[in-house]
Amino acid sequence: MSFNRRRFLKTTAGAALAAPALMKSAMAGGHGAIKFVSILDQSGGLDIYGKPMVDATKMAIDEINEAGGLLGRQVDLKVYDPQSSIQFYTQFATQAAAGDRADVVHAGITSASREAIRPTFSRFQTLYFYNTLYEGGVCDMNNFCTGSTPAQTVEKLVPYTMNKWGKKVYIVAADYNYGQITAQWVQKYVRDNGGDPVETEFFPLDVTNFGPTIKKIQSSGADMVMSALVGGAHVSFYRQYAAAGMNKSVPVASTTFGVGNEHKLISAEEGDGMICAYSYFEEIDSAANKDFVSRFKARMGADAPALNELAARSYEGAYLWAEAVKAAGTADRMPVIEALRSGLGIDGPSGRVDIEPKTNHCNQNVYLAELKDQSFNIIESYESQPPTDTLMVCDLVADPNQAVFKFENGLKAAGIDI
Amino acid sequence: MDLFFSLALQILYGIANLALISLGLAIVFGMMRVINLAHGEFLMLGGYTVVVATNNGVNIWFAMLILAPLVVGIIGLIVERCLIQWLYGRMIDTLLATWGLSLLFIGIITSVFGASTSTVISPPLGAVTIGDYTSSGYELFLIFVVIVLLILVYLTLKFTSLGLVARATMQNADMAACLGISTSRIYMVTFSLGAAVSGLAGGLLAPITGVLPNIGVIYIAKAFITVISGGSAILAGTTSASVLLGGVNGIMSYVTGPTFGEVALLFTAIILLRLMPTGITGRFFRKSQ
Repeated sequence: MSFNRRRFLKTTAGAALAAPALMKSAMAGGHGAIKFVSILDQSGGLDIYGKPMVDATKMAIDEINEAGGLLGRQVDLKVYDPQSSIQFYTQFATQAAAGDRADVVHAGITSASREAIRPTFSRFQTLYFYNTLYEGGVCDMNNFCTGSTPAQTVEKLVPYTMNKWGKKVYIVAADYNYGQITAQWVQKYVRDNGGDPVETEFFPLDVTNFGPTIKKIQSSGADMVMSALVGGAHVSFYRQYAAAGMNKSVPVASTTFGVGNEHKLISAEEGDGMICAYSYFEEIDSAANKDFVSRFKARMGADAPALNELAARSYEGAYLWAEAVKAAGTADRMPVIEALRSGLGIDGPSGRVDIEPKTNHCNQNVYLAELKDQSFNIIESYESQPPTDTLMVCDLVADPNQAVFKFENGLKAAGIDI
Repeated sequence: MDLFFSLALQILYGIANLALISLGLAIVFGMMRVINLAHGEFLMLGGYTVVVATNNGVNIWFAMLILAPLVVGIIGLIVERCLIQWLYGRMIDTLLATWGLSLLFIGIITSVFGASTSTVISPPLGAVTIGDYTSSGYELFLIFVVIVLLILVYLTLKFTSLGLVARATMQNADMAACLGISTSRIYMVTFSLGAAVSGLAGGLLAPITGVLPNIGVIYIAKAFITVISGGSAILAGTTSASVLLGGVNGIMSYVTGPTFGEVALLFTAIILLRLMPTGITGRFFRKSQ
């Protein structure tokens, strides 16, 4: 386009005319809705996790708005679907931070996606919540990780199942940072409890044929299998394992099974007897949880997905942020962060959840449960468990200017013996 | 010895699995040169047919062996009449059209059944014990089905008049048309047969892998690699490529783990196509079907 004098005058005149209108809308934004952006996979292989998380987030925001919003302002929820692709995550993260100018972003399911977008939110100074259980180790002033970590769950799961089934543990895990690092935690806890991690195998997310591995598990003489498999394709491991008759002789425990509602995807005889540990199960027997579950089911109708830690924590994560906004009296980032770190907590469906200020993680209840007829029977519960794994490497009180993932190169590199 | 035997069975199953997911594509792509990027979705539709049918109380064997190929065959027929028949010989257009079709199928299934369908169908056969080891009885059944299927396709191509006419049309459509054969009808029948075989494969695999709207994506690459490595002869090509690639994959998966198993499969296919650009049957078994 050539830029002559006439055209120049025309466009600048247009801009000058529009300027007051733009300023007006910018001013209105300051007192208008608070912007809450959610970036979670609702299609592709990770949708088994993302869909219930989005449903729960929507429910939390609707409830907050029905109760009059925050500070007299409505909360405006915007949901992006990155389609299980890391590329879309970075794109939408930039859009949320720079384009939408979100007040808070709740985003990310896999650890790979979290690490792809965390730097973006640090750079644009956009408050970021990650509501998924993960391998621990994020030490970032701007990032609140509300999900459970291995020191809270795996540390309970490993000794319990080893006592029950035997000391030789075969580990199968998804092949990316979550699976790799969680496998190291499992190895560590197995050894700490006097067991033997006989073999560890990693699977790309699209593997559906587990036959050779099932044969290896048989010939390894393992007493039990610990699974950190992730996504829709990996569900076929449990089917094939049961089809080979293995689930009766070498039982399975898992750090991920159930958070994608896998227990509803496989039949009762394929899943019975599996043991898992999370900070939330739909079956928790408390008034708060029963109320939460019935409201969710009433809202979603016949299509209601089962509730799991990821969904419940997405709901609680939204409330943790809302409480902090109320306490801070503003939705601005730094006051909200300070409010969150001042020992703020809520009583959610999972019980008491408190922000732990050294790590920006949560002190939370953990439950151990056994699968029977497609639902979890809670067998043990542990109150207010601290994220000791991340506490080993992270102290944001002593050094607030941090935005790192301490376990990026594994546990050994972070100085933890495995 | 027990380990060797059960491992051999496992590898045989890997080979059968590869042949099963490729055979429908071999018919459509190998014979008709139609690049059907919606092949994975035909498999997926077969799986969903079984899930819907069994949820409505239909016997699972009937659903897998009869309903799945029937339903997907009819879908294939509709697709061929409405879409593919206008695109013969236009490879790039076919590619785009079938890709769009694949997205459409994924979209429809997702909106009808949801992204993660509750599929509580489990393999209808129990485990088989071999010494100290157990194998899935259903996997043995699949190996048997694949062998029967290959024999059936061979007999159809070799000994029926439909097979003869189909082969003639694929070899030289103009000449076949001159001799009074309705090539358009042959294409139609062949395409629906290919779709039906894919539907059967998808239905049979559903109890093992479960069904998801996007499960086809997992199959499509392997199916294409197998068919292209196999070359132009449908049966000999698919079988030989499945034996080679499935065997390499199975052995490497056992020895080193699944990641290198997949790498070894792809690596073998690349080397093979470098040495034999027209596939295995371009060099060997040239007179086979």
